[in-house]
Amino acid sequence: MMKLNPNVPEGSIAEKWSNHKFSMKLVNPANKRKFDIIVVGTGLAGASACATLGELGYKVKAFTYHDSPRRAHSIAAQGGINAAKNYQNDADSVYRLFYDTVKGGDFRSREANVYRLAEVSNNIIDQCVAQGVPFAREYGGTLANRSFGGAQVSRTFYARGETGQQLLLGAYGSLNRQIHLGNVEMYNRREMLDLVLVDGVAKGIVVRNLLTGELERHSAQAVVLATGGYVNVFFLSTNAMNSNATASWRAHKRGAAFANPCYTQIHPTCLPVHGEAQSKLVLMSESLRNDGRIWVSKKVDDKRTANQIPEEERDYYLERRYPAFGNLVPRDVASRNAKYVCDEGRGVKGGRAVYLDFSDAFNRIGKDGVKDRYGNLFDMYQNITGEDPYEVPMMIYPAPHYSMGGLWVDYNLMSNIPGLFVLGEANFSDHGANRLGASALMQGLADGYFVIPYTIGNYLATAKPEKVDPDSTEFKATEKNVQEDIKKLLSVNGKQTVDEIHKKLGMILIDKVGMSREEKGLSQAIKDIKELREEFWTDVKVVGKGEELNQTLERASRVADFLELGELMAKDALNRNESCGGHFREEYQTPEGEALRRDDEYAYVAAWEYIKPGEWNLEKENLEFTNVKLATRSYK
Amino acid sequence: MSDNHLTLKLKIWRQENRNAKGYFEEFNQKVSPESSILEMLDEVNNLLEAQGKTPIAFESDCREGICGTCGLVVGGRPHGPLSKTATCQLHMRNFKDHETLYIEPFRAAAFPIIKDLIVDRSGLDKIQQAGGYTSFNTGSAPDANAVLISKEKADLALDAAECIGCGACVAACKNSSAVLFVGAKVSQFALLPQGQPERYERVEAMVKAMDDNFFGSCTNTYACEAECPQGISVSNIARLNSDYLKANLVSSVTHQDVK
Repeated sequence: MMKLNPNVPEGSIAEKWSNHKFSMKLVNPANKRKFDIIVVGTGLAGASACATLGELGYKVKAFTYHDSPRRAHSIAAQGGINAAKNYQNDADSVYRLFYDTVKGGDFRSREANVYRLAEVSNNIIDQCVAQGVPFAREYGGTLANRSFGGAQVSRTFYARGETGQQLLLGAYGSLNRQIHLGNVEMYNRREMLDLVLVDGVAKGIVVRNLLTGELERHSAQAVVLATGGYVNVFFLSTNAMNSNATASWRAHKRGAAFANPCYTQIHPTCLPVHGEAQSKLVLMSESLRNDGRIWVSKKVDDKRTANQIPEEERDYYLERRYPAFGNLVPRDVASRNAKYVCDEGRGVKGGRAVYLDFSDAFNRIGKDGVKDRYGNLFDMYQNITGEDPYEVPMMIYPAPHYSMGGLWVDYNLMSNIPGLFVLGEANFSDHGANRLGASALMQGLADGYFVIPYTIGNYLATAKPEKVDPDSTEFKATEKNVQEDIKKLLSVNGKQTVDEIHKKLGMILIDKVGMSREEKGLSQAIKDIKELREEFWTDVKVVGKGEELNQTLERASRVADFLELGELMAKDALNRNESCGGHFREEYQTPEGEALRRDDEYAYVAAWEYIKPGEWNLEKENLEFTNVKLATRSYK
Repeated sequence: MSDNHLTLKLKIWRQENRNAKGYFEEFNQKVSPESSILEMLDEVNNLLEAQGKTPIAFESDCREGICGTCGLVVGGRPHGPLSKTATCQLHMRNFKDHETLYIEPFRAAAFPIIKDLIVDRSGLDKIQQAGGYTSFNTGSAPDANAVLISKEKADLALDAAECIGCGACVAACKNSSAVLFVGAKVSQFALLPQGQPERYERVEAMVKAMDDNFFGSCTNTYACEAECPQGISVSNIARLNSDYLKANLVSSVTHQDVK
């Protein structure tokens, strides 16, 4: 039975991190170079961790499956990054950012972690500016801010619609400097396929060289996973094509608890699916909801075009149901309502899309005014759909975007496996059941620049982990397992392609474990996924060999893991008999149709321990809210 | 969402590895005009896999035009016929029914072919490693508003910093020069106060790394700017040249001081 100790330090919420920093043990500067640390993933969390650990003097080995660390999917984040600078003099504070994040997460995150996130948020902005990140500025030369959902202050820093790109390139620059100085050894085009444990402690990884297919064993005194989220389990999502859960999942199968897998975020403003060949979904910044009005026809299966539907026959359903917040309700509420109207057959031409209409904004601020605010998004829409959004309303539909769940970590960001740390979207830590806009970038960089450099030092100084020879029996045995898994995939030689099966999995999940869930559907999903997994292992066709560049094999290996993770998502959703944030159970709603939390029974983190395929053991970490009072979110 | 499919004759570059002889393989492919060119390749590959044949190796990731992973030469042009458009954003409605389409990898001495449409662009990383940063350790930054930067300068720096590192500029250049790529990074820092302390060392180091990694020199044809999916301006090359010249003067003076 695994042990979960959150290791939250003593003291008042505002003193915990300071106290902890003082009480943690340090590694003497001259001794740091004696420690090898492996970091997997080079997005915001991974690249910032590599850079900072390298600066401190540790010997870092960094791994990415991309051709370059700069390709990580953090690069695609558009909107911005939150910080409690209070530059706008609008009464923002560390405490307010902490409060908004706990509330936005629908009271399902760990208070102490969230407070620390808010506390270091300001250092992140300072750090990034010093790196030469060209944030948006006011004419007077100070930094500009904008507003985002879930907050009443203006605290979001941004660089046009490319904030993630600029922050990642900043971290990539710092990583490059450490590579240049010889403190970080960079391994591109390597995919982690297993975690190596020696006496229950993380000591290294097995990776596959994606160019040659060769397996490599890498040893270290600590392993850091910063491998991102898992919403590609849905096949269609806003994640990049290669984003996957394999590193996290293999660590889970070695004993790391997986927490809250059912918390996934479905983002309301994405482009709708165009057809069978669709490979991924494209997000449009939610800032569009500031000026766009969302509507559908009042009639079912209305085949008229948008411009043929007169004003009185349009249903501005968000404004109707939520007069106070209107089109600016949080992401989960906006998404669920889009699903409902489409389920009723009132989506665009009876299909799965709703209109996002800027006509009122054109009348109010003119087309030029709209262009000033959203020009690049309108261009992107036209480029992808071939329709001119200045003439016809945009069509949008929700898409899986972010996973709040992930590997369980304690306050030190260490999993329940000693020596295995998890950062960024890959951990479950800070966003509870729903992430607010502009908080993902903040968390990734907080973990990498300002948390792990301290907490990993404490682990190394306290546990004093020994080096292990990568030729030891444990390493060789783990490599052999990986080798056998690959052989197994290649030997099925069935009839269905990897994508065909992945699409089937996505259909099950989006239908039954998506925006709304209910008991019957979830039980059915578990059954269907088990069957599909069986189908995969008897009927998948993986062409080519293991000892070569083989992209089909790469995908097959990821889909094999998704087929296990998908089942756990459904199981977790079935276990959680309440609605909270991104997890909406039809059975648990208020008379007004809003999410009904059940704090007495479910104010806990569901951490799942892997037993064998399709079998898990549930451990609970109870959440206590001593600073933010438990309350029902209301946006009416 | 149209049912009007296009049928295209595809001629796609196949090459087993760096040293193998390459050739064009022909496919007749039916495709929805709503699909992107990469989604069309997905479909071709799915059919190949179903027949037990080796799919076409190509790379992509974000498919939103920002990660810089994809990059194909379509109809003879890096990233295809549309300006300011990355390969992944190129949709099939821009092509005609029964059109013949040549799809090739980026071709440059500095980008050896790995397999089919995948090339090795690690030379670009090596240039960045030589100096594409401010030498600054985490933790020692002053307050972010301590140094004011004019909106104009910040906007210009961002214009340069938007480079996605795809390498289309190199593939478009008859000399395989990477000066637009280097100029963009050098400019970003040259425009900002944070970049000043190492301004001239940086440009020298990055230009040297460019030369060391088999990129050619610039002869001002501006093909790079024309094919850049981000529309990075050649004015960044002018800034690079000017800083490089100044750097040479600075370093020759410094050398004399040392003597």
